[in-house]
Amino acid sequence: MLVSYQWLKDYVDIDDLTVEETAEKLTRGGVEVDVLHPRSEGLEQVEVGYVEACEQHPNADKLNVCQVNTGEETAQIICGAPNVAAGQKVAVAKPGAVLPGGMKIKKTKLRGEPSEGMICSLQELGIEQKLVAKEFIDGIYVFPESAKVGEDAVEELGLRDTVLELDLTPNRADCLSMIGIAYEMAALLDREVHQPDCTFTAADQSAAEAVSVQVDVPEDNPYYGAKIIQDISIGPSPLWMQNRLTAAGIRPINNVVDITNYVLLEYGQPLHAFDFDRFGSNEVVVRRANEEETITTLDEEVRTLSAEHMVITNGKEPTALAGVMGGAFSEVQEDTTTILLEAAYFNSSRVRKASKDMGVRSESSTRFEKGVDSGRVEEASARAAHLLERYAGGTVLEGTVEDDFRSDEKRVIETEPEQLNKRLGMDLSQEDILSIFRRLQFTVETEGNRISVEVPTRRPDLRIEEDLAEEVARLYGYDYIPTTLPSGVTTPGSLSPEQNKRRKIRRYLEASGLHEAITYSLTSPEKASRFLLEEVPGTVMVSMPMSEERSTMRTSLIPHLLDTVQYNRNRQINDSSMFELGSVFIVESETLTQQPEEKKVLAAAVTGTWEIHLWQGEKKKTDFFVVKGILEGLFEELGVLDNIQFVPSSRKELHPGRSADIVLNGRSVGFTGQVHPSVEKEWDIKETYIFQLDLDAILAAETEELSYAVLPRYPSISRDIALVVDQNVPAGDVQRVIEEAGGPLLKQVTLFDVYEGENLEAGKKSLAFSLVYLDPERTLTDEEVTKTHDHVVSELTEKVQAVLRQ
Amino acid sequence: MIERLQELGKEALQEIKEADTVKALDNIRVKYLGKKGPITEVLRGMGKLSAEERPKVGQKANEIREEIQSSLEAKTTELEEIALEEKLKEESIDVTLPGKEIKRGARHPLTAVVEEIEDIFIGLGFQVTEGPEVETDYYNFEALNLPPDHPARDMQDSFYVTHDMLLRTQTSPVQARTMQKHHGQGPVKIVCPGKVYRRDDDDATHSHQFMQIEGLYVDKNVRMSDLKGTLEAFVKKYFGPERSIRLRPSFFPFTEPSVEVDVSCGICGGTGCRVCKNSGWIEVLGAGMVHPNVLEFSGFDSNEYSGFAFGMGVERFALLKYGIDDIRHFYTNDIRFLEQFKRA
Repeated sequence: MLVSYQWLKDYVDIDDLTVEETAEKLTRGGVEVDVLHPRSEGLEQVEVGYVEACEQHPNADKLNVCQVNTGEETAQIICGAPNVAAGQKVAVAKPGAVLPGGMKIKKTKLRGEPSEGMICSLQELGIEQKLVAKEFIDGIYVFPESAKVGEDAVEELGLRDTVLELDLTPNRADCLSMIGIAYEMAALLDREVHQPDCTFTAADQSAAEAVSVQVDVPEDNPYYGAKIIQDISIGPSPLWMQNRLTAAGIRPINNVVDITNYVLLEYGQPLHAFDFDRFGSNEVVVRRANEEETITTLDEEVRTLSAEHMVITNGKEPTALAGVMGGAFSEVQEDTTTILLEAAYFNSSRVRKASKDMGVRSESSTRFEKGVDSGRVEEASARAAHLLERYAGGTVLEGTVEDDFRSDEKRVIETEPEQLNKRLGMDLSQEDILSIFRRLQFTVETEGNRISVEVPTRRPDLRIEEDLAEEVARLYGYDYIPTTLPSGVTTPGSLSPEQNKRRKIRRYLEASGLHEAITYSLTSPEKASRFLLEEVPGTVMVSMPMSEERSTMRTSLIPHLLDTVQYNRNRQINDSSMFELGSVFIVESETLTQQPEEKKVLAAAVTGTWEIHLWQGEKKKTDFFVVKGILEGLFEELGVLDNIQFVPSSRKELHPGRSADIVLNGRSVGFTGQVHPSVEKEWDIKETYIFQLDLDAILAAETEELSYAVLPRYPSISRDIALVVDQNVPAGDVQRVIEEAGGPLLKQVTLFDVYEGENLEAGKKSLAFSLVYLDPERTLTDEEVTKTHDHVVSELTEKVQAVLRQ
Repeated sequence: MIERLQELGKEALQEIKEADTVKALDNIRVKYLGKKGPITEVLRGMGKLSAEERPKVGQKANEIREEIQSSLEAKTTELEEIALEEKLKEESIDVTLPGKEIKRGARHPLTAVVEEIEDIFIGLGFQVTEGPEVETDYYNFEALNLPPDHPARDMQDSFYVTHDMLLRTQTSPVQARTMQKHHGQGPVKIVCPGKVYRRDDDDATHSHQFMQIEGLYVDKNVRMSDLKGTLEAFVKKYFGPERSIRLRPSFFPFTEPSVEVDVSCGICGGTGCRVCKNSGWIEVLGAGMVHPNVLEFSGFDSNEYSGFAFGMGVERFALLKYGIDDIRHFYTNDIRFLEQFKRA
C-alpha cells in the first residue's frame, strides 16, 4: 500500500508531525512503513506557463519555437514535443531548475534559436512512465484550463508530497485503505477521523425500475449492490484526483474509472462501473461460471472459466470476473452516458481462486482476497456517487438495488483488566484499558470488572481476548511492557546425548583438517540414485519442483560433496577437504504414503595435496590411508574402534582396488575409498577419496564406559617379527592372527614395514611387525615371552602360511 | 729433583695453555701424567733420595700433578664450551621461516551460529529439540493455526511432496510435536534448530533452503514481559551487553500478540547508519505469545497454560555477525569462504 502523506491529512490532523514522525508512529504501532518516497526533492523553479505562440523552428523540422508566459515574463523556449501547441498551459522548468534525472536547465541556443527553459513531460518531472496518462506519454504534459499561470507546477502536480510504502501484515487488510490508516493514526495520536463527503442528490427515478440484482450463491457473494448513474459525461478527472492516484501508483484514465479507483483507495472497497447501455440486459445475475465458459476481459484476453470461478452476468453471458476484472464489452468508453456502479462484498477464497487461476492480481482482487470491510460497502458506493455527481455530471437514480445475505450479528469480545495484565505482565487500570478502546473507536460496555468490546467490521482480525491484549499493548506501547524472567520451575537446559556426539564429531573432523560443508537437500533424481548406503525402494519427490536439479530429496551426501569439489576445482582450488553431517531421506516403499525415514549421515570428500611444507620438501598427496586414518580416529573418539572392520568393497562407484566397506559388529555402516576413476571423470574431478557413514547406526552401537586402566609398573619386552606371505593375504588378517595367538601378554602389535619386489619370490610380500609383551603383575622372563612368541609364529605358519624371514 | 719437577710443571702448564683441542689436551695428559711420563720417571728415581728429602719431593710431585690435572680440567671445560658454542652456531636457523602448518578445518558459519544460540538458551534452561524435515501438513500448518487457505499452504510457496506432506517451511512443527508429547503438562522449554524450505528462487537474499531456530516456553503464568526479558537476555549475550531491544507489533498466525524484535544497531549504536537504514534498529527475530488455538491443538488447556515462542533466521544472524553479503555463499561451500571461519 502506497500512502500519500498529503492525502492522509484529509482524514486526520497530522500537521504537527513530520512525515518521518508519522512513519515512525505507524511502524511502532504495528503498521510497518518500509520506505519513504519523496515525490520530488529539491525540484524548484518549475511553473505553470501559457504557450502564447508556437511556430516551427526555422532550422529544424521537429522543433517548435514557443513563446511561453509564466506570469511576469514571456520567454522563448524551444520544444521538441509533438503535442505542444499555442494556447496550452504547460510545466516550464526555468533556467536554474534541476530536474529529478539530474538535468540542469540553462539558457541555451538550439539550432541558432535562443531557448530560456524547458517545457516538461511528466516523466521529466519524475513520474514513472506507467503512471502517466496515455495522452501524455509521448509528449509534454498539458494542464487543465483551470490551472493558474505562474503557479508552482510542482505543487499543482501534487509532487510536494512523500509517499509512505507500507509493508502490511496479512491481518491488517483494514490498512489497505486511506481511511483505515487514518483510523490507525487517529488511535495512535488520540485524534478524530474526518469522514469523506458521501452526499448526493438522488433523482426521482428509482434504480430498481432500471435494473434487478440476483445472487445465486450467498456464500460466494454475501452482498451485491448496484447503483444507476445517468447523464455521465466522460472526461478527465480533476487534477488533484489524478495526482493522488498517481501517488498511490494508479494511472489516471478518465473521470469514471478514476473515481472508482479513488474510492477503492479511500475505503479499500473495490467498485466496478459497467456501461449500462452496453451491459446487454436489465438484470445482474451473480453466479458460478459454467465449465469451459469464456469471457473476454477488458485487457482483451479471452479467459476460459470453470465452476470454481464466480462471474457477474447480464443473465445470459458473463460481464465481469467477480472481484478480479471487468469484461470488455461492458467497459466504460468515451461515449458512455449511463453506468451501473457495482459495490459488492465477495468471498475472499473465491476471488483468490480466480485471481490465481487467471494469473491476474489487481488492486481489486488483492483487497477482496485479504478481506474488505463488509460494513462499509454502501458508504463506499455513496462516496462514489457523490464524486460522480460532482466530477462526471452524473445523475444518481434513487436507491441501491441489492441482494444482501450479510449477518448483522455483532462481534463482541469480553475481557477483564486482570486477564489482560496477566497475559502482558503489566499493571494497567480499567481506565487505561477503556481509554485505549475509545481511541480505537470500539464500542465498549462495562459491568464491574467485565469489559465487553464490540469490534467494528473494519477489524475482522480481532476475534479473541488475546487480540484485545495485543491492541491494548501496542497502543499503550510495547516499550512499557516490563522485562521479567519466567518465574516457573527451573529446568536444566541440555543437548541430547546424540546432539552432544554430533558436536563431538564436528570438533574432531575440524581438528583433523576437514571443513564443514552444508549443501542443498534437494537434488536431481539422477543424483539421488548415486552413492547410496544401501539400495532404497523410493525417494521423496517434490510435486511441483522449481527445476529438475532440485526435485528430489537426497539419499546420499556424496553427490553434492563431489559437486563442491568440482565447484572449487573450477576456481583453481585443487586441494579441498570437506565433510557434511546431515539427513538423507529414505522411502521404504515405492510411493510415499508416510513420512520418510530421515537418516543422519556423515560424509566427506578429500582431494589434492593433504600435507604441504614446501621449503622443507614435504608434500603428501591425499590417499586412502589419510582418510582411513581420520576414520579410525573418529571411531576411537566414538568408542567403537575395536568393533570396526574395513573390508574390501565391491561398490561400483568406487575404485575396485582402493575401497572398503566399513563393518560395525558384522553390519555394514558405510564405505570409504577412492571414487571410481570413470565417475571422477564424469564429475570432472581428480583423484578424490570419500567416506559416508550411517551415523544413526554408529551412534546406536553400544560402547563401553570410559574407565582408567592401571599404569604398568613392570617393564615390557619387545620382539620384532618379519614374515613372508602371499601377496593377496590382507595385512589385517595377519595382524588378527598375531593378536589372537599372542593372548593376554601381547599388549601391542605395530606393522612397521611392508615390502614387495626384489629378493622376494614373485607373488609374495614381506610384512614386519613389532610386538610388545607385558604382564602388569610382574616382570616377564625371557622364557615366557619366547614361549608365547613361538606360539604366535606357529599360528602364523599354520593360518596364513607365513614363512619367517631370516 | 725438585727443580726438575718445577720445570716439568712449567712446561706442562705452558703446553696446556697453548693446546687448542681436546685431543691435544689428552696428549698432554698422557705425556706428563702417563705411566711412562716424566713425573712418574722422577718419582721412580726417589729411591736414591734421603729419607728426609723423599717426602718433600713426593709432596712436590703430587702438587705439580694436581696443578697439571686441574689446569687440564679447566682447559678442557673451556675448549668444550667453545666447541659447543660453535656447534650451536652451526645449528642456528632462520626463525622467520614459516612453520609447518597444522591442517585444521573450519566450522561452517551456520553451525557456529546455531551452536552459539543453542548454548545461550541451554544456559537459560532450554532443551535442544529436533524434528523431521519432511513434515505433514498438519504439524507444519494446521496445528499452528494456519487456516487452509493461508497463502503459505499454497503449492506455489511450499514444496509439497504429497497432498498432505511437504518440506517443512518452518521449524515450528517441532514445537507442536513436542507439546503433544507433553500431554498437556508443562513446562515445555525448547529451542529447535533446523533446515527449512520455501519455494523461492535463489538470489543474494533468498534461498530455497535455509535454517531457523525457534524457541518455545509453555508453562503456567507465562507473561509477555517474560518473553521480553528472555529475548533481552539472549540479545545481550549474543550481540553484546551494550545492545538493547525493542518490540514492534506484528502478525503470525501461531502467536497473539505477535511482535517483531529489533536490536539496536551495532554499527552506529542507534543513531542511524547505512546498515540499519538510518533507523538505528535492525530486525532480528519474530516472536509472540502462543496462540490459544495452538495450545489447545496440542493438548494444553489455554486457560491454565500460556507461553511464548520466538523464531530467527540463522543465515540472517550469520550475515549480521560476519558481514556476509550473499546468502548463497553458505551453500556453495567455496573453500576460500569456508576457511575464513576457522576461529568461528
